[in-house]
Amino acid sequence: MTTSAASLHQERIAYLEGLVSQARTAAAVFTQYTQEDVDRIVKPMVVAGLEQAQHLARLAIEETKLGVLEDKALKNMVATEFVYNYVKDKRTVGAIREFPERGLVEMAEPIGVIFSLTPITNPTSTVLFKCIMAIKTRNAVIFSPHPNAWHCCYEAVKIMYETALKHGAPEGVFTCLESHDLQDNVYLMGHKDVGLIDATGGPGVVRAAYSSGKPALGVGAGNTPVYLEKTADLNMAVVDIITSKTFDNGTICASEQTVVIDDEIYEVVLKKFADLGAHICNKKETEILERTVIDPETGFMQPTAVGQKATDIARMVGLSVKPNTKLLMAPIQGVGRKHPLSVEKLFPVLAVYRAKSVDEALKVCVDVNHAGGLGHTAVVFSRNDAIIQKFGEVINAGRILVNSPGSIGAFGGVYNDMVPTFSFGCGTGGGNSTTDNVNVYHYLNIKRVARRTQAHMWFRVPNQIYFNLNAVENLRRLASRSTVVITNPAMEQMGHVDVVRRQLPPQTLIHVSVIPDAEPEVKTVMEGVAALNFYKADQIVALGGGSVIDAAKIMKLKYESPEADLEELAAPFMDIRKRVVEYPTEKVHRARLIAISTTSGTGSEVTPFAVLSDKERGRKVTLADYSLTPDVAIVDPQFVMSMPKGLTADTGIDCLTHALEAAVSIYASPYTDSNAMQAIRLVFKYLPISYNHPDDEEARSMMHNAACIAAIAFSNAAVGVNHALAHAFGARFGVAHGRANALMLPHVIAYNASVPTKFMPSPNQRGYVAHKKYATIADLLGLGGDTIEEKVQNLVTATEQLLDQLAVPRSIADLGISTENFERAMPELSKIAFDDPSWRSNPRMPLVSELVELFWSAYHGRGVAKTKGSRKQTA
Amino acid sequence: MFLKIDAERVIDCLREARQKLNNAEGETVLDLSSVRRIDPKAVTAMEDLLGAAEAKAIKVGLRGVNVDIYKVLKLTRLAPRFCFFT
Repeated sequence: MTTSAASLHQERIAYLEGLVSQARTAAAVFTQYTQEDVDRIVKPMVVAGLEQAQHLARLAIEETKLGVLEDKALKNMVATEFVYNYVKDKRTVGAIREFPERGLVEMAEPIGVIFSLTPITNPTSTVLFKCIMAIKTRNAVIFSPHPNAWHCCYEAVKIMYETALKHGAPEGVFTCLESHDLQDNVYLMGHKDVGLIDATGGPGVVRAAYSSGKPALGVGAGNTPVYLEKTADLNMAVVDIITSKTFDNGTICASEQTVVIDDEIYEVVLKKFADLGAHICNKKETEILERTVIDPETGFMQPTAVGQKATDIARMVGLSVKPNTKLLMAPIQGVGRKHPLSVEKLFPVLAVYRAKSVDEALKVCVDVNHAGGLGHTAVVFSRNDAIIQKFGEVINAGRILVNSPGSIGAFGGVYNDMVPTFSFGCGTGGGNSTTDNVNVYHYLNIKRVARRTQAHMWFRVPNQIYFNLNAVENLRRLASRSTVVITNPAMEQMGHVDVVRRQLPPQTLIHVSVIPDAEPEVKTVMEGVAALNFYKADQIVALGGGSVIDAAKIMKLKYESPEADLEELAAPFMDIRKRVVEYPTEKVHRARLIAISTTSGTGSEVTPFAVLSDKERGRKVTLADYSLTPDVAIVDPQFVMSMPKGLTADTGIDCLTHALEAAVSIYASPYTDSNAMQAIRLVFKYLPISYNHPDDEEARSMMHNAACIAAIAFSNAAVGVNHALAHAFGARFGVAHGRANALMLPHVIAYNASVPTKFMPSPNQRGYVAHKKYATIADLLGLGGDTIEEKVQNLVTATEQLLDQLAVPRSIADLGISTENFERAMPELSKIAFDDPSWRSNPRMPLVSELVELFWSAYHGRGVAKTKGSRKQTA
Repeated sequence: MFLKIDAERVIDCLREARQKLNNAEGETVLDLSSVRRIDPKAVTAMEDLLGAAEAKAIKVGLRGVNVDIYKVLKLTRLAPRFCFFT
């Protein structure tokens, strides 16, 4: 098909354009039809096809001189009755499949105009099949039959068209090219109004279809290997193979081409074949067949043999066979050009190979498969599941048929439950777009109507939280045989360890492991794990700030699951529920982790996070998993009464940042909101008191609670861009985490309350709500304001005032960092902040340039943070 | 000219409209609000009407076209040649 459509006469072009125009109109009109409309048309078409099955078979035989009348009639019946049985209840109009639990509906959109090429080997059955599929899917078809099967195909189209029209199909829904001209095919294949080319035929036709640049279903040649394994039911196998290979004189491309027989059964099987009418060729006869039925130049089968009876072929090539011979079987020694009979032979000549082992048999089948049969069909006869499985693995075929005939089996619906078809998709191996048995769904554009679904949210907290003064007494109620207390030197010096020791149950063995007061290192963790192992701990008490509790979380992880790879577990993730790396669930030990926090900020006693310092590699490893969450949290203010002012301020603002970021996070929920809002209220009320009057027990207690409550909120809703900025800035300039957060906070509130340059994808939120959330917080704090913008601004101002009260520096510049120094650091700062995972739950997706702006706002200091992109809505 | 298309005799109505084009000027409006579906003959009749109208520089407007018919007109590429009124 290398001819150019450019050489077509104007008259011919007008004719072809008329066909396309008629089909396009029919297809357009067809879009108005309902499922009931098309089903009303399809059924009488099927009946007409059945009634005319013999008539059409006769026409096909007379015209093509190929095949067997009875088999052609049978094919016409399968193409109508079996296909109808499959499609009759299928929805092909409107909503065709619904998945309410996933919020998905699949809807059908017709293709429009299909240009269909039909083969000489299965002419009328292919036409009947395609007509039924087209009506069922509301498409119009222009048929281009094989030139040597035009009349019978035309008659089949006519019968289908007239019946369809009588029952309401649009005029012009089927047309048939009035003569066969390759240029017509080329022209139509490239026509802009043809939506799909459905080419059933030889490799040339299929190649032309795929070369046209149009969507195409091109299905063509095969070369079916059959493995007859020694455990098979031999009688059944032999009858099936003869039935299949002689069906319509072997014209079906799925029919058997080479049968590979195990050595042990070879003689027995050949005798069975011979007994049932096969002629087993001797060496000389095989050589004659090789020279005559295969073209020595091309290596392909001779067209003159296609679809002829075995006896006629024998006569043609000069072999002497019995008059009742059904099949010529020719032993071959290999596959490929040196073994001509190993290729596709659409006539009753079957190559036979004697295999010495299963391995050899499978290899020969693979060779046959690769000699022109990739993606098509293969057959195995066996009772050995392992061999069947292996055959399925190594053979590349769209249809791998087990203990059944190739040709009739591949049709589907007769010997198996595959979809009935007359077009066998051969996948990429065969240069096709599908390995399916082509069916109605290939004649549709399937649209997915996907409703918005809300991801399942969660709210996870430790099993037990004890709070208020002397909450540590609850340790007594927690039974243990061996407790290891993880703490730092300061806790020992302040006597806090003794307090804990006194509250532990008397029967428990107590060991105190003192670790440095710094972010835990791998070495520290592993020493702790050694202690846990040595004392066979069933309880770990972490007494200290975030670093100590983080260390204890990781010690517990490595103690319970020694194989846990911290490096691997620290792999980044976007959604904790969909993370690639999973935390271990198998445990060699079990220990209860009790976290007693001695600062009011990080909330580590209830969070699923832990930070590890990997000094060897010069980096921090952040672990996050709900399995890290302590089992018990004790929030006892007696441990924070002596916190110095600076630490009180920094940790208090850290807590406020947690709460504010959780409140506007894209993962915020009513559950986290209630905690975040309460924590914010407590901080604004009690942090100044706690700071100015360190001995105020109520203020200390409420701030301790606030830190825990805020941590509960951000454990479930995560934090945001404030933390990303603070992490980068704090690490670069050695500024404490809480203070770094404080310097960014007013600017981030103003930033998040403004109209985002880029919205963050957030399926759980209905619209952008950050500014409204801030306004709600302002209302909660009684800050006043009539509009959302005023309220947000009041919140910014109140936050700034709070920071002033806590003597937090007003700007980064106030820390003594020069403009030049800060400017020099900016590329690195913005890069690290952008790499930080914290902002991924921020309501607004930050651009790198915006991170730079935020850094500079914080550099210049408080009083400059203003909401942009004014929001004039009233609250 | 304004013509209401009878759902039972769409093609006849379209042919009548075509004949009346001789006396029409400026714009012809067809009301299809009672028509639920059109067939290929109706599409052809619409195409003929459009051809004749365009030859006389008369615009053809359609009123009350349901979305199914509108889609047919889009697929047959006739839609851009009509004016649509709601």
